[in-house]
Amino acid sequence: MFTVDLLLSALVAGVLLGGFYAAVSLGLTVAFGQLNIVNIAHPAFVILGSYVAYMCNSRWGLDPILVGLAFTPVFFLIGVGAYRIYYESFERRDDEALRGLAFFFGVMFIIEVGLIMVYGVDFRTVQAPYIGQNFKIGAVGVPTRMLVPFCVSLVMFACVYLYMSRTFNGRAIMAVAQDRLALQLMAADPVRIKQLGFGIGIGTTALAGALLIIIIPIEPSIGRLYIGQVFAIAVLAGLGSIPGTLVAALVLGIAESLVATFFGPSWAPAVAFGILLLALAFRPQGLFGR
Amino acid sequence: MRIDAFHVTALAIALLGAAVTIFDLIPVNKFYFFAGYVVLQYVVLATAWNIMGGYMGYVNFGTAGFFAVGAYTSVVLYNLMKAPLILMIPVSGAVCALLGLGMGYLTLRLRGVFFAIATLAMAIVLETLIVNWDYVGGATGAYILRSREIAPFGDYVEFLFFVMLVLAIFAVTVARWIERSKMGRGFAAIRDDEVAAECTGVPTLRLKLVATTVSGFLMGVAGAPFVLYVGFVEPSSAFNLVYAVNSIAMPMIGGATTWLGPLIGALLLGTVQQVATVTISSELNLLIVGGLLVFFVIAAPEGIVGLVRKWRGRGR
Amino acid sequence: MTGERLLEVRSVTKRFGGFVALDEVSIEVGKGERFGLIGPNGSGKTTLINCISGTLANDGGEIVFKGAVLDGRKPHERTRLGIARSFQIPKPFRSMTVLENLAIPLEYASGAGAREVEDRGMAILESIGLGNRAGESSGKLTQIDMRKLELARAMASEPELLISDEAMAGLSSTEVDDILEILFRMNERGITIIMIEHIMRAVMRFSERIVVLDAGRKIAEGKPDEIVNDPEVERAYLGE
Ligand SMILES: Nc1ncnc2c1ncn2[C@@H]1O[C@H](COP(=O)(O)OP(=O)(O)OP(=O)(O)O)[C@@H](O)[C@H]1O
Ligand SMILES: [Mg+2]
Repeated sequence: MFTVDLLLSALVAGVLLGGFYAAVSLGLTVAFGQLNIVNIAHPAFVILGSYVAYMCNSRWGLDPILVGLAFTPVFFLIGVGAYRIYYESFERRDDEALRGLAFFFGVMFIIEVGLIMVYGVDFRTVQAPYIGQNFKIGAVGVPTRMLVPFCVSLVMFACVYLYMSRTFNGRAIMAVAQDRLALQLMAADPVRIKQLGFGIGIGTTALAGALLIIIIPIEPSIGRLYIGQVFAIAVLAGLGSIPGTLVAALVLGIAESLVATFFGPSWAPAVAFGILLLALAFRPQGLFGR
Repeated sequence: MRIDAFHVTALAIALLGAAVTIFDLIPVNKFYFFAGYVVLQYVVLATAWNIMGGYMGYVNFGTAGFFAVGAYTSVVLYNLMKAPLILMIPVSGAVCALLGLGMGYLTLRLRGVFFAIATLAMAIVLETLIVNWDYVGGATGAYILRSREIAPFGDYVEFLFFVMLVLAIFAVTVARWIERSKMGRGFAAIRDDEVAAECTGVPTLRLKLVATTVSGFLMGVAGAPFVLYVGFVEPSSAFNLVYAVNSIAMPMIGGATTWLGPLIGALLLGTVQQVATVTISSELNLLIVGGLLVFFVIAAPEGIVGLVRKWRGRGR
Repeated sequence: MTGERLLEVRSVTKRFGGFVALDEVSIEVGKGERFGLIGPNGSGKTTLINCISGTLANDGGEIVFKGAVLDGRKPHERTRLGIARSFQIPKPFRSMTVLENLAIPLEYASGAGAREVEDRGMAILESIGLGNRAGESSGKLTQIDMRKLELARAMASEPELLISDEAMAGLSSTEVDDILEILFRMNERGITIIMIEHIMRAVMRFSERIVVLDAGRKIAEGKPDEIVNDPEVERAYLGE
């Protein structure tokens, strides 16, 4: 049944969802799009971030967003460490294509199963004052549970964008995959730059995970579903484009929300993957690529 | 094709299998057939994966998708016409071969990683389709009634075990034949350097499509008897990520460049898992698989086969 | 150029994004000719070879080989038609031995049966001085041997046109002479050769005709002695 109100709320929900997706896929845009590292474990790190927020929230009542922020440096270091292993074992040996992929697949699996062993497969949630409230604009309800993550992710997005476009290291990260020579002229060490970039990519997952568990209850294996979202966004964005990531995330968020509203939520998972398959088949250079 | 020791051994194993299941020459506890079926099923899956992944360097994360499509094709055939297993197997294989061909056609002209990501996507799209398809039971799943006994095997599980044994021998033989043929050398050239392969005359796109088709066929064949084995399928069991993980981990641990690798990997890891699920929790069991996968890709990139070769080389 | 044309490159243009790597380049190579292609670093030589061999698609113009337009044909089809190339940055099949590397073009391009592969491969390896390396893993070769392997693998597809992209870089002067010797001998058997080289001594000695590229444009064409005395060429190499 179709009404204008329903359409409007679906659109609003889609925009809010899309803003959040932007935060989730930002790290992959850096790792995959800019550094050419196919980190399929990215969503697993997001879920790990969610469980960190959950643990601190349920045990000490800490605000999940603050926990996410506080753990960003920790996740950054995890990312740096993971890149070192990746570089030494695969990239340097020119072996990313097969074993590098298998490596991240294994890491994803270990995180997922590890979380199941510790926390089980029950859905977990967090408590915070801004969860569970609603306000209305006209007939359209806007849950703060969605609005707060939306705002936080836009702020995070802006910070990373400014860092990448305004600082020396940020620009070096953008350049590393495209042009090694330019990087050498800048007197930057490509390995160190990639390590920094990958660290930032994983660093964003701490906060993204906290936002995720604010939005919906989570259990360890839902990370896999987000593989579709993050890669669909990264590909659609035109690999490596940060503004493109935001647009692609909004497109996907709106598409999913519309499908969930008018066809039923059980079809939603197919949207991201469907878009991804279509993008790969017909427009692998992304919406904004040449 | 020349007949050699391999074929003789394969035939001997098949005959032994027949002797045990049909004529009950050696009394075997029913549990071993039950567990053995799963191990053999992994031999097929790992071997199928390796044709794409190990021989050609293209990672397929969607094994579970192919397997499940094989299984659900059987459900459809059963619902339509109560088809026998002997019909389910080739049809499931054919459907998955087409699926592989389509996937390959859409993505294989792109960089290799896009194929990998697309396979992941495909598995989830297919799962969503099945969840929403009531004819095959949707999210709640579907039952298949099978007889408890079947002539001349007696117990139905023994029959399924024998079928899977034949399929495993078939898969390994196909893989070994490919590996030693001109086609296999073309696959290896693609894995080593795709541009150089093209420039030395290798029709890379065509070979890649052959590989996805053959690999898809074998995965579908492995999934076909699944419904009869469990009696009841639901999307979450047929699309279980465990299939994807194992089909990658087994060749990587065994050694991905030869037919022997996935065979060893599947027999070893498959058996360990069967023992472990009875003795320890299934989560810990999976954690071990993941850990082994990561360990092997970092520390022993050529797998067990590579380790043995190195060790032998040093001995000489 | 005299005699029958083997290869014609007609106003070929190639862009990378906004950057024009080849700007309406036209060359003609005659059957049996020894042809030199030179130019400063980044002038587009390898890009032109990529367009001819089909690993890159040209954005404008067309390439004609033995009277047939090649555009749209895959690299492997062009190889089977008789165009072989070596790679400036060697691309050996690393998991294979040196001899197995040759087996690929032998089987896939020149149609050798599995039984002939070894004899024919060994003959090529002997001729290029890699005979004693046949069983070695190709990933472990020295840079010099890898360059020789590049050339050997190109020869194994039994081409009518062989394009050698800096096969001699880093070789000692006796080794350069060895390779030149091999190329001369191939040419005597009727194989047309395009040589890209920075070692002037070698190109000048080898080529009957030379084309000079600079910044994606053809700036000169002629006999070696004409090229040497061309003021435009001098400017391209030495700068203003
Ligand atoms: N795939 C590519 N993408 C973007 N730019 C490219 C690509 N390949 C080549 N170029 C650019 O095109 C120009 C010509 O490169 P090319 O490799 O053809 O030069 P070359 O004449 O072979 O130089 P050299 O003597 O160093 O081998 C260079 O500026 C190079 O940076
Ligand atoms: Mg060059």
